[in-house]
Amino acid sequence: MTNKPPETGPFFARDHSIHPPAYAPGYKTSILRSPQRALISLEGTKSEITGPVFGHSLLNPLDNDLILNYARPGELPIGPRILVHGRVLDERGKGVDGALVEFWQANAGGRYLHKKESYLAPVDPNFGGVGRTITDADGYYWFKTIQPGAYPWPNGVNDWRPAHIHFSVFGHGFSQRLITQMYFEGDPMIWQCPIVKTIPDKAAIERLVAALDMTSAIPMDMRAYKFDIVLRGRRSTLFENRTEGN
Amino acid sequence: MVQPLHYFKESASQTAGPYVHIGCTPNFVGINGVFAQDLGSGALYSEGANGERITIRGTVYDGAGNALKDALIEIWQADAEGFYNSPSETRGTADQNFSGWGRSPGNMDTGEFVFETIKPGKVPFKDGRWMAPHITFWIVARGINIGLHTRMYFPEEEEANATDPVLARVEHKPRLPTLIAKKEDGNTYRFDIRLQSEGETVFFDI
Repeated sequence: MTNKPPETGPFFARDHSIHPPAYAPGYKTSILRSPQRALISLEGTKSEITGPVFGHSLLNPLDNDLILNYARPGELPIGPRILVHGRVLDERGKGVDGALVEFWQANAGGRYLHKKESYLAPVDPNFGGVGRTITDADGYYWFKTIQPGAYPWPNGVNDWRPAHIHFSVFGHGFSQRLITQMYFEGDPMIWQCPIVKTIPDKAAIERLVAALDMTSAIPMDMRAYKFDIVLRGRRSTLFENRTEGN
Repeated sequence: MVQPLHYFKESASQTAGPYVHIGCTPNFVGINGVFAQDLGSGALYSEGANGERITIRGTVYDGAGNALKDALIEIWQADAEGFYNSPSETRGTADQNFSGWGRSPGNMDTGEFVFETIKPGKVPFKDGRWMAPHITFWIVARGINIGLHTRMYFPEEEEANATDPVLARVEHKPRLPTLIAKKEDGNTYRFDIRLQSEGETVFFDI
């Protein structure tokens, strides 16, 4: 966290044209889990513009290293080693500092470590698939992991998820709370996926596709993907209404 | 043509999926040893917190009346005096023995979620009127493409609820009871959430 005074303005209205609608029948589970009534619009009150903040003291050194945080001593998980990094920004382009970012994923074979998961690809005894970090003063984050594999799911008869990493992000206000998924550049499965296709805007989908970033790759160790996440921006409250810093 | 505005676009939401617990409550699904404990688990208060201890229980139901057994519920609320434990709280300092935020994965067999918290105080609306005591809920799950926001109000706060500026925004008054918890034994409240059709809970675009 920085010494800047906290911002207390309400958040920009959410642009629903770039978000998936609740009812997206190509993704079958959404059919019975989507509200049919309109959302009631509400400009953020204190209850929405505030939100929990998690200090860096929450973190352990391996929380953002999925290669090591579940591995048995002297062993390593199998699969392509990658660094995932980027910034958490808001719609004004400001870095969001102190943002808790949680992530989870399948292993290299597309198998999740979850008791309700029964895909025949095996569990990797050295890979848990969970991590977290908190952005620095510029909104920057990074973690090391194994690139996940695609996996099949019971939606259509032959539906497969593209390789993806789930992200859960806390900004500074509870209105900014966001869960999304990161996809990988060049994966042809992205454009087949009913969950991806719940997003009505092609450019919005492309913003969820992380670019291969050879500049940040670690030679003879791991390649890198860069993934920026944008949270809602916020207005200045009146007493902060000056040009500089806005 | 005119100058571009240069605002960024928010990242699009995607469903949390059926395995959200791996990332958000890993110990709950048996992934032990990565985090000492699941974030947001346990009571929202610690010893010395002010206010009335309450328990909230509820279940999320789909449009066919089936309980969701894979939802993740988060709550965010003020302390007993109506202050939020957040840097954006400018009116005073919140109770340092109260976090204000909690997370529950629900029971994997029944879907019932439980929060041990305190009853929040009143918080002012932007024009200075008081909002009735309430707790913000956020629901994500497989099949939910963007997290759903709602509020839980308290049944014994009839007077405050009647003048609450947010409840007043709900045009269809028969829907208001979906936002008001039911009192059970002692200090326990039940707040069931219906995603769709009969008795559909009011959700907000906040």
